[in-house]
Amino acid sequence: MKTTRRRFLQTAATAAGAAATQELAHGQEQDPDHEHQAAPSDMTLRVKALESLLVEKGFVDPQALDAVVDTYENRLGPHIGARVIARAWSDPAFKQRLLADTDAAIEEMGFGGQQGQRMVAVENTPQVHNVIVCTLCSCYPWSVLGLPPMWYKSTAYRSRTVIDPRGVLQELGLELPERVEVRVWDSTADLRYIVLPERPPGTENLSEEELAALVSRDAMIGVAKAQPSREGGQA
Amino acid sequence: MNGPHDIGGMQNFGPVPYYRTGPVFHEVWEGRIYALNRALAPFRKVTGYIARAQSEQWSSADYYRMSYYERWYLRMVQLLVKTGMVTQEEVDSGQPAPGSAKETPPLTAAMVVPMYTQGRFAGRNRVGAPARFQVGQRVRTRNMNPTGLTRLPRYARGRFGMITRDYGVTPLPDAIAHELPDRPQHVYSVRFDARELWGEQSKPQDKVYLDLWDEYLESA
Repeated sequence: MKTTRRRFLQTAATAAGAAATQELAHGQEQDPDHEHQAAPSDMTLRVKALESLLVEKGFVDPQALDAVVDTYENRLGPHIGARVIARAWSDPAFKQRLLADTDAAIEEMGFGGQQGQRMVAVENTPQVHNVIVCTLCSCYPWSVLGLPPMWYKSTAYRSRTVIDPRGVLQELGLELPERVEVRVWDSTADLRYIVLPERPPGTENLSEEELAALVSRDAMIGVAKAQPSREGGQA
Repeated sequence: MNGPHDIGGMQNFGPVPYYRTGPVFHEVWEGRIYALNRALAPFRKVTGYIARAQSEQWSSADYYRMSYYERWYLRMVQLLVKTGMVTQEEVDSGQPAPGSAKETPPLTAAMVVPMYTQGRFAGRNRVGAPARFQVGQRVRTRNMNPTGLTRLPRYARGRFGMITRDYGVTPLPDAIAHELPDRPQHVYSVRFDARELWGEQSKPQDKVYLDLWDEYLESA
């Protein structure tokens, strides 16, 4: 499989290799949607060779690549979105600004960076539950949540969330009451959505920082609820 | 393109491979290919809708066989070769052809953090075709099947919906993905009853919202 796979990618990578790609494709093991079946050493070598070529040609600076990886691994992530949500729970005027002009409200907190796309916050209430998906690719509010988890980019999540949101949410552990209105947001353009979850009960005395700790990535995608703290005792 | 990427409403991909926590990149090479993609973005040749258009043309068998970042690798190589930024020989050898010109990298390490963490969407107040629709107006999506990139998914073609928000003017992906002259126009949030898209199996109160360009729509 390793050799076949290498040959497949090698051939497919050539602009004129389309026909041969088809031919090799028949020899491949079928393992749809398993995201890690690739022989890692093979891709490691390939990407290393490509990086080294692009560095040699002066297209990219390896230190800039390090900085990009470091930024996504250590700097950007759901902790940013969680702080925005906690502020919205604590400050009703901020919440109104967040819903009316999400970009401006996020910038007001000193965050940003989603240059090419506009952010939109959508609010959960006892009557309405929002969930975010991208059926055509993997659009995601990365400036406030970091890069999407692999399952968000999976064909299963992308295909089923629009047709059976309640089934997908149940599979992921979130059972919604029958009467709730489910709103699915398919990110088909240059808008990037973030869910403003409901503030959990029993959290009235928590500081903004403590509230932020209750907001998970999944709550801001809309596949989970924000969890009440243990101290709140309302779980 | 009615291609392998346009999968909204399909039901045969099994359970969601869900996990609560995990690494940002599962392999080191995934982080590198991601970073390469971002670092090449200033060249405007291998990123965004252009890159999507490239991978949307692959056969379904090829598309589904590859992991997410394997697709990124392949489309990057294909686009670099297609645009003449590198040759296939250079990709195979990992070495620049003798005597080839050396560029200056447009993205430096110092630029990364401010660029990725500061500043908001810069595309407001863009000018384009006048809005043909108003908030509250009932519309129908066009029945269209272009062979190039479009952002009107198959599951939402020829369906009735309601304009709920006008997001202003944005470049049209159907044009810019293929380096055709842009047709900047309004993008709207359009609300569909889940039953309009999927029939009786959906709850009557559930909704699906799509962001759709003006020319994907007609009045209804």
